[in-house]
Amino acid sequence: MTETQTTAEAVATTGRALLEARDLHVQFSSRGRRARAVDGVNLAVGAGEIVALVGESGCGKTTLARTLLGLERPTSGEVRYGGAPLSYSSRALKDYRRQVQLVLQDPMGSLNPRHTVYEAVAEGPRIHGLPDEREIVTTALSRAGLRPPDRFFLRYPHELSGGQRQRVVIAGALALDPKVLIADEPVASLDASVRGEILALLLRLRSELGLSALVVTHDLGLAWNIADRVAVMYLGRIVESGPVEQVLTAPRHPYTQALMSVLPESPERVVLTGEPPDPTRIPGGCRFHARCQVLASGQAAEAGVDARCRGELLDILPAVPEAQTACHYAATTT
Amino acid sequence: MTSVSTARRRLALSRFWAEFRHHRGGVIGLVVLVAAVLLALVAPLFISENVTSVIEGVGEKWAPPSLSEPFGTDESGRSILLMVWWGSRTSLLIGFLAALLSIVIGLVVGVAAGHFRGWPGAALMRVTDWFLVLPSLVTALVLAAVLGGSTFTIIMAIGITTWPATARLIRAQTLAVEARPYIERSKALGAGHWHITTRHVLPNVAPLLLASTTLEVASAIVTESTLAFLGASSNKTSWGTMLRASYDFGAANEGAWWYILIPGLAILVVVMAFTLVGRALEAVLNPRLRRAA
Amino acid sequence: MSETTQQARQPGTPGAGLLELDDVSVTYRIAAGEVPAVRGVSLTLGSGSALGIAGESGSGKSTLAMALLRLLPKDARIGGRILLDGEDVLAMKWGRLRAVRWAGASIVFQGAQHGLNPVRRIGDQIAEPLLVHDLARPEAARKRVAELLDQVGLPAWRARSYPHELSGGQRQRVMIAMALACAPKLIIADEPTTALDVMVQAQVLTLIKELVAEHGISLIMISHDLSVLADVCDRLAVMYAGRVIEHGPSAEVFHAARHPYSRALAAAFPTVGDPASRMAPRGLGGDPPDPMRLPGGCSFHPRCPVALDGCASLDVELWPAGPDRTAACVHVREKEEAS
Repeated sequence: MTETQTTAEAVATTGRALLEARDLHVQFSSRGRRARAVDGVNLAVGAGEIVALVGESGCGKTTLARTLLGLERPTSGEVRYGGAPLSYSSRALKDYRRQVQLVLQDPMGSLNPRHTVYEAVAEGPRIHGLPDEREIVTTALSRAGLRPPDRFFLRYPHELSGGQRQRVVIAGALALDPKVLIADEPVASLDASVRGEILALLLRLRSELGLSALVVTHDLGLAWNIADRVAVMYLGRIVESGPVEQVLTAPRHPYTQALMSVLPESPERVVLTGEPPDPTRIPGGCRFHARCQVLASGQAAEAGVDARCRGELLDILPAVPEAQTACHYAATTT
Repeated sequence: MTSVSTARRRLALSRFWAEFRHHRGGVIGLVVLVAAVLLALVAPLFISENVTSVIEGVGEKWAPPSLSEPFGTDESGRSILLMVWWGSRTSLLIGFLAALLSIVIGLVVGVAAGHFRGWPGAALMRVTDWFLVLPSLVTALVLAAVLGGSTFTIIMAIGITTWPATARLIRAQTLAVEARPYIERSKALGAGHWHITTRHVLPNVAPLLLASTTLEVASAIVTESTLAFLGASSNKTSWGTMLRASYDFGAANEGAWWYILIPGLAILVVVMAFTLVGRALEAVLNPRLRRAA
Repeated sequence: MSETTQQARQPGTPGAGLLELDDVSVTYRIAAGEVPAVRGVSLTLGSGSALGIAGESGSGKSTLAMALLRLLPKDARIGGRILLDGEDVLAMKWGRLRAVRWAGASIVFQGAQHGLNPVRRIGDQIAEPLLVHDLARPEAARKRVAELLDQVGLPAWRARSYPHELSGGQRQRVMIAMALACAPKLIIADEPTTALDVMVQAQVLTLIKELVAEHGISLIMISHDLSVLADVCDRLAVMYAGRVIEHGPSAEVFHAARHPYSRALAAAFPTVGDPASRMAPRGLGGDPPDPMRLPGGCSFHPRCPVALDGCASLDVELWPAGPDRTAACVHVREKEEAS
């Protein structure tokens, strides 16, 4: 616990974090075993910053996002917004909803098929009893790029295209005038040609409204497209984070390197073997060691860190903006 | 804007009607139902409760159907036609109110059990299961016997014993709706339990509920008749009590087939009509069935 | 392996490709009228080569794939000619068609989760076509299953597993093994990696590439991700609104597309490290057209960033766009005519 205290202090020194996770743990019981879905995460999103959280399915990125939204309660650690820890009283949570909003992957599923576009966007303002509902809806729709807004008021989700639906979902979030948007795979179920438009919309909202965003994705290309910083997650922990240019052009963690190598354009492929990650059975030592190509190829042994890879736990990365990585091997090569 | 949304609603309604019209059984059932309900409502304009009074029975006893008594008379010389007509008021009233009671309990319990997962939901489901495995007819009989015979008792007895099936149905639908991403989005927007259940869950279970209500009315009418036949009645003339009387006074021995047949037919026709309408509603309103069709 | 396979193996017209599509069209008849899903597609696929078909939802790419084996619902009408190994698929009798579906060509669908029966062991499911079509006795079928599992990189004991015991990638491998069971000449893979993680996707793509290279199996792969197709396939055809709008060697189509729509698709999945795409996501305005209300002229013109006044009325067709390439864009025609 003392060790995590120090990392928490390191976070505090950065000072500019709007939304942050401090030493966050979330556990579930699944079939009698404890799944450590989020297993010690420090992550900060600054004002006006777009952070991409990258990882494979099952790495805990969606759980982390839901916990940051207050939809899931952490087992330990805390979510902080604007420097204060998030309170889970229903009143405090309701206020928090006006600050941090959600955009889900499947825009068809995230809209009630029986509600019109107007009702869908007005849902937030109605819940919070905001005045001038019509005005808010009009502004939100046009900010989300649905113009002229009143032409969309009475349409139903099934009458819209995929891209338009996702814009309605974004407009619904914007209607509460939030400071942070948490988007879980916002373009994964959209057509390729529409994808760029939605990502461009997120960038525009940042420049026009100063909106921060945490974009959860498995797609490194998306991170390259719009994010300032990227955090790579593996089995409940962030294993590498830093500015996109640095992390994605010169990845230092073997897992990030492997993810990069399987992109279609990359010259040489590292296809990881071994069992897919299982949060109920997190290996000891470095949690990646069982699949690590650097350890498997003997490079780690050459550097003399193979024993540490297998047996020595790594510190939880602090939430600093600089590039950092949780890897015994990478630490020896700096 | 309101005018546009009402126009939309009207359009949806006309679309619903256009589809309902294709179900011939449903339309026939609806016509029969409307006729039965109207007849029951206007009955006091033409006859009064006197037609069920033994003292007022002035006709010939055990008279077979004839021109003056189209459905014959009973052991006291009362007209079967007029008694079936008057009795429909009790039968339908009990049918509707018992179904309403059962649906309301089932809806509240079902939505609550589906919405509040964890121990509150589990506890509610245990209670539901407990009621489900009670032999409902016996329970209703005991309830009616203990509480004493009145229309209200019979309604309570039927309502309390039939809600678990509705609760299970509604809970399943609630769980399905709550798994949709738009519930997650709504929660993230700050919605509380009340908002989610009334804005998202209720509209989604409503069509199912409407269809199951009509079926529920039919089964309540049958249950009422059964209870009456077994001796637990509201002490008012209903189709069930008529059947009971025909048995008590040995209509079969007297060869008075009309005494048994006419109330029986009345039950059959009305129950059939409700069932037809219910099935048609289900087919039109339940998206899963509609897609399969 | 018995006669049915033998028959399917009979050579077709000499010199022709394995699969030839000639002016293929598919129209759905629905209550509101006719929906043209595929409009006059002509393509050829040689033995042992891989063709990628790219496009968005509604472009007709999946409909086209299903049409190849007549797997479309009854309300779909197929026009034109589809020759598989010289034999007209549209004229085949039912029994012959069934034999071809297994032995001649098979399909790997997206969504491996739903393609497998959850209550049967995967070995039995892989062996099923062999037994049903009387291609092997149970003993031989078991051996063949082990062989197939080995080919897709799964241990033989996995034959005794149930689908839920496998991961998503492993299930997709099983689907591929099922497709390989009757040794088809052609595999049609419809978005085979869409639901999979990047790492697993890479594994499955590597497997597909190996199968094409080592076993001489032809491949038609369908995806909305141009970069994936360019990685696996020799040639690429890009579809928009039911038509092929660009066709050519995959590297060239991906890196130097001639049609503005292909360019947009290629740019949608950026190359990480490419400064041009940093903080500059690129997409197309507007939405794919409604097949019931296709725009006149070039159906892409309402969304086209380089449309000319005449595009709304001009009938475009696939014009030559360099060696072995065609593209349906007026700019291409003008440039080629000028040179």
